[in-house]
Amino acid sequence: MKFQNSKFQIPNYIFLCFALFTINFSLFAQSDGSQQNLLGKAGTFAIKGAKIITVSGETIENGTVVIKDGKILSVVATASIPSDAQVIDGKGLSVYPGMIDASTNLGLVEIGLSADPTVDVAESGDMNANAKAIVGINPHTSHVNVTRVNGITTVLSSPAGGMVAGQTALINLWGSTQAEMAIVPLHSLAINFPRISTFAGFFGGPQLDYNEAVKQRDRRLDDLKKMFRDAAEYARIKEAYEKDKTLTSPATSTKMDAMIPYIRGEKPIMFTAERERDIRGVAKFAEEMKIKAVIVGGQDAWKAADVLKKNNISVIYTNIYSLPVQDDDAFDYLFEAPSKMQKAGIKFCISTGNDGAEVRDLPYHAGMASAYGLSAADALKSVTINAAEILGVSDKIGSIEVGKLANIVVTDGDMLEPRTNIKYLFINGRLLPLTSRHTELFERFKDRK
Amino acid sequence: MKKITALFLLSILILSTSSVAFSQTSSEILIRNATILTATKGTLLNTDILIQNGKIAKIGKGLKSSGTVIDATGKFVMPGIIDAHAHTMLDAINEGSFSVSSMTRVSDMLNPTDISIYRGLAGGVTAANLLHGSANSIGGLATVVKFKFGKSVEDFVVADAPPGIKFAMGENPKRQGGQGPGRYPRTRMGVIETMRDAFVRARDYKQSWADFKAGKTKVSPRKSLELEPIVELLEGKRVVHAHGYRSDEHLNLLRLAEEFGFKIGVLQHALEAYKIAPEIAKHGAAVSIFTDSWSYKLEAYDAIPYNAYIMWKNGVNVSINSDDDGRMRRLNLDAAKIMKYGGVPEQDSLQMITINPAKQLGIDKRTGSIEVGKDADLVIWTAHPFSVFARVETTFIEGEVYFDRTKDLEMRVAMEKERKTLEGTDANKSKGNEPPPIPKEKRKSHLDDADGGNQ
Repeated sequence: MKFQNSKFQIPNYIFLCFALFTINFSLFAQSDGSQQNLLGKAGTFAIKGAKIITVSGETIENGTVVIKDGKILSVVATASIPSDAQVIDGKGLSVYPGMIDASTNLGLVEIGLSADPTVDVAESGDMNANAKAIVGINPHTSHVNVTRVNGITTVLSSPAGGMVAGQTALINLWGSTQAEMAIVPLHSLAINFPRISTFAGFFGGPQLDYNEAVKQRDRRLDDLKKMFRDAAEYARIKEAYEKDKTLTSPATSTKMDAMIPYIRGEKPIMFTAERERDIRGVAKFAEEMKIKAVIVGGQDAWKAADVLKKNNISVIYTNIYSLPVQDDDAFDYLFEAPSKMQKAGIKFCISTGNDGAEVRDLPYHAGMASAYGLSAADALKSVTINAAEILGVSDKIGSIEVGKLANIVVTDGDMLEPRTNIKYLFINGRLLPLTSRHTELFERFKDRK
Repeated sequence: MKKITALFLLSILILSTSSVAFSQTSSEILIRNATILTATKGTLLNTDILIQNGKIAKIGKGLKSSGTVIDATGKFVMPGIIDAHAHTMLDAINEGSFSVSSMTRVSDMLNPTDISIYRGLAGGVTAANLLHGSANSIGGLATVVKFKFGKSVEDFVVADAPPGIKFAMGENPKRQGGQGPGRYPRTRMGVIETMRDAFVRARDYKQSWADFKAGKTKVSPRKSLELEPIVELLEGKRVVHAHGYRSDEHLNLLRLAEEFGFKIGVLQHALEAYKIAPEIAKHGAAVSIFTDSWSYKLEAYDAIPYNAYIMWKNGVNVSINSDDDGRMRRLNLDAAKIMKYGGVPEQDSLQMITINPAKQLGIDKRTGSIEVGKDADLVIWTAHPFSVFARVETTFIEGEVYFDRTKDLEMRVAMEKERKTLEGTDANKSKGNEPPPIPKEKRKSHLDDADGGNQ
């Protein structure tokens, strides 16, 4: 292509491009909304003659799954298909439960870098128990469709800022409102467990002295303990007042109110921790405070198997794609960690730990763990039933069983393999279109001449 | 002093465990009975590869050798992966003060002991294009290396690779998001004018030398380290690796190059290339992209995983790069995904991490495919490299083993012993309440990488 007189043409061209870009952008915003509004099709469905990987039980080589009223109605080798069912020929296809990513920030971050208006993940301050992911999640984020068309149907979305970051939400990747998406709107409390950090900050400067870093960690841990004791005290006073209204009414604290189910051990707390000493610290903290703890991150978790098992603490492992921290760590140190946890008898699941855009890689995180020691069956469990169990929702999701939510993925091969195609996708028993921002842009430009 | 000692001991530990522990003494190696993904000539079942003096000497069935014989029954062999966009080994990535920093060279910054090299080898990577960062409209000069971990830095450099240079457009050279001090340019208008200005000055500079040589002027022009590489661009002797995201800025660059009469070699990232595939094809530029990274910044919001397919369909040379020491370890999976998004055939997808980047870097005569006469840059996998369940067994560069899983596992025992010994030395013992001294942490790329370490 020749551009003569380009001195004159280029400014025009830039202007045109800019105008087009602006127009495109508003179109995208609309189309994303309509994407989410492609609500899928509710009804009765029968996936017939497929390989059914139930995960919780035996794999059925040639069976039928019937979906009705959003739930799994039957899973058998030879099913009687309801007369109103839409039948899907499952020949050559495999039926899996939808995958679950137990640690993401999906819906809270649209564009992470230099686009602050699209980021709602980290509140300021260290005590944000009252910050709720469910009210920050954008149901119309383009990440929803992009993620689910790769077979991930449910994610835990978590706030991330400060020490007590806020409350997570367990959501299905379908719905026009936050309420429609929610499985458990206030699922757990996210806490960044204080750790020893000599990190000098993103713009350099001298590193913190190690001893000073230890002291800083200890101070923060004291702060955290104080928050828990204060909340316990608050709960006690409030309870006393409920019983005896002649007492002085306590001042209401929304932060303390939010803490109550967690300090009582009624709901789980997700503690971000990687190093062995920090993981042991969480176990000790959980024992002391009598709370229900889960480790998020968990690089060295296998080294702390004794205290994790003793205190019934599971691990949401988020480090398959991470680089080992120490130069002399084995190259596969973080690939092997899940198989080491498996051998050590730790309950764990595998997660991307991603803020949204790359959550769709979840199957490959599990697959790589399998390349480095985890069995293929355990790898699959690590992103389905194990995640459901750790999140306390294995009665609803995580396997193909009668009565569970029909979050179902139908593939033409092993769901953990990058070459496998998703053929059908159900969330809440709705057959969803396999479209996303990406397929839309693809359609628009694929044949441009 | 204590810290220095500990650091010194740690360096010894790293060096002693990494240095050529693997290199084969035998000049002849036979890989027997493998499934061979040649990348250019299809898949060969139950076939042998004979390596002699670092080159692929023979490919066939029933080959014999008196040298080392590796039984690869049930295993897969592919050409070493080539990463056309990496910052591995670089002790500094961005000279972010000048908008035109073509006088800087990443070859001055190579650290041959960077552990990421070894981790890359363990993911099947044998060669990489090491690029200056994207802080500047015109960045520094690039270097193509092979990952000869344990060798001296001179051995890494692929001497016959054509020289390269980094360009950058969009958010990074505009220095947005608190990326360093403000300076010209601040807009995409300024970025392209910065480039135009450099080309104009280089053209004048070239002319002034021509005038001097023709005797038109008496005094020789002053040598410009900044403009010499740009003159090489005008003369088609240097490859541009142009970082960019938006399709409009790619087009502007192609036009600018056409105005000055040269071709852009490789559009790096080019996440929106699919919007202007015919234009890129017509210009003759190649693209080096991510398979499916997107949405990490505004200019990456229109990225789609079908990009590779659309470019491939338009006949453009596509490579899949990592731009990241972590991602580098799974480029095989990134290539596998290409088959899923649009349906690029297996060999064409494989080419995107082998022969295609080799062509982009001008090293395809020696590497990038399994063909007789080429360098024996090979990777043995436990399964098809496009399977997530596959693992690298052995990585060869020019017939030498630079990664071997069995040997790695053996080495860990020795390393653990050595670590214990080192930790037991006086310098590393804790004194009273003081914790043991720790060496200063290694430089982290985000300290000087305008990309935020990942673009």
